[in-house]
Amino acid sequence: MLLPASRGPVSAAVIDAARGGDATVPPHDGDDLHGADTQLALWVVYELSYRGFDDAADDAEWDLRLVAWRRGVETAIEAGLRRRTADDVAVAREASDDLVGQLRALVAHVDGPPLARFLQRSATRDQVLEFLTERSVYHLKESDPHAFVLPRVDGPAKVALAELLYDEYGGGRPERLHSLLYADALRSCGIDATYGAHVANASGPTLLSNNVMSLLGLQRRLHGASLGHLAAFETTSTDPCRRIAAGIERVGLPEAAAAYFHEHVEADAVHEQVVLTDICANAVDADPSLRDDVLFGAAVCLRVDADAGAALMDRWTSEAAVAAHDSADDLVRSA
Amino acid sequence: MTRRGGEDVPVDGSPARREPVRARLCPDGPLLLRGADEVVAADGTVHPVTRPVVAVCACGRSGRAPWCDGTHAYVKPRRTS
Repeated sequence: MLLPASRGPVSAAVIDAARGGDATVPPHDGDDLHGADTQLALWVVYELSYRGFDDAADDAEWDLRLVAWRRGVETAIEAGLRRRTADDVAVAREASDDLVGQLRALVAHVDGPPLARFLQRSATRDQVLEFLTERSVYHLKESDPHAFVLPRVDGPAKVALAELLYDEYGGGRPERLHSLLYADALRSCGIDATYGAHVANASGPTLLSNNVMSLLGLQRRLHGASLGHLAAFETTSTDPCRRIAAGIERVGLPEAAAAYFHEHVEADAVHEQVVLTDICANAVDADPSLRDDVLFGAAVCLRVDADAGAALMDRWTSEAAVAAHDSADDLVRSA
Repeated sequence: MTRRGGEDVPVDGSPARREPVRARLCPDGPLLLRGADEVVAADGTVHPVTRPVVAVCACGRSGRAPWCDGTHAYVKPRRTS
């Protein structure tokens, strides 16, 4: 993959530094924290710790300009997310004494946009394709952010996390690698399935929802939150996947596209149980100090994914409003 | 359910040692099953197990029986343990 085109001054400086240029990377100034420019820059910095870029400097991952910039942005994002989710975590703690009950209460408490329902019943073919494209930012590197947590836990939680990841990574069959199934789904719809292909056009909220996974996964200090993120992700997947598969079939897209989501109905029904009890409850049993971070990570997942879904739906709603306005203009003109 | 490994005997001729099949009932949810080779449905259909752990529907309402598809969350629980 090549470094993406910049989307503003922040990503321009970061991308130049990653390429080995001599740009100074000014510290984050508080503006545009969740906007596409800063979030694309952060995505690029994180990607240096995954597969990197063909045209980045080999040692860019540990370029001190980028490390320093990333640290400032991460601190600001984490502080904002802790403020934003404090009430959610309090609600969860009030609802139950045990962690599984708290996580379930959290999922019930945080409402998301009716994106899956919309895709199932009303979305146009182009909107379904747009959804698949936007989601590719995550699904083409599916499970990779949470895999960073494996060496940071021990005992039953480690075994269960390895078991879940093994399933995500194909269960010993390369052709069942979930990121590959997603690439097959994209290709069957005529969408570019190259790793990272759609990052440069993804919305700020979509990039943020991806970046928080790396933020939580790459910092050992936050590994409890990464597990909580995984719990919320898996626990809210089965029903939406069933609806999305139905939507894909409704608009007549190929079977391979629906197959990915059908697979996830079944897989995530398993993973939901594994992640709540075998991973998170075991991790908190082993280290009770992780509880609040597990709940924090779960709340982060629910909030930022709701934002990403809402951003997509808002785009479609405003497009529909513009179309309605245009057709009203046509009526006026023809009258 | 049959056990993983069947009648396999290790090449050194020692008795086969197999991991036990483990099942866990999830409250208001499926039966989580590890180490099984197959699940036989009520009508006799044999469903091979293709993942390290599977969730077997316990509410009777799954659209992907015998596997859980999360439908239990939308139906009244039939059991309490």
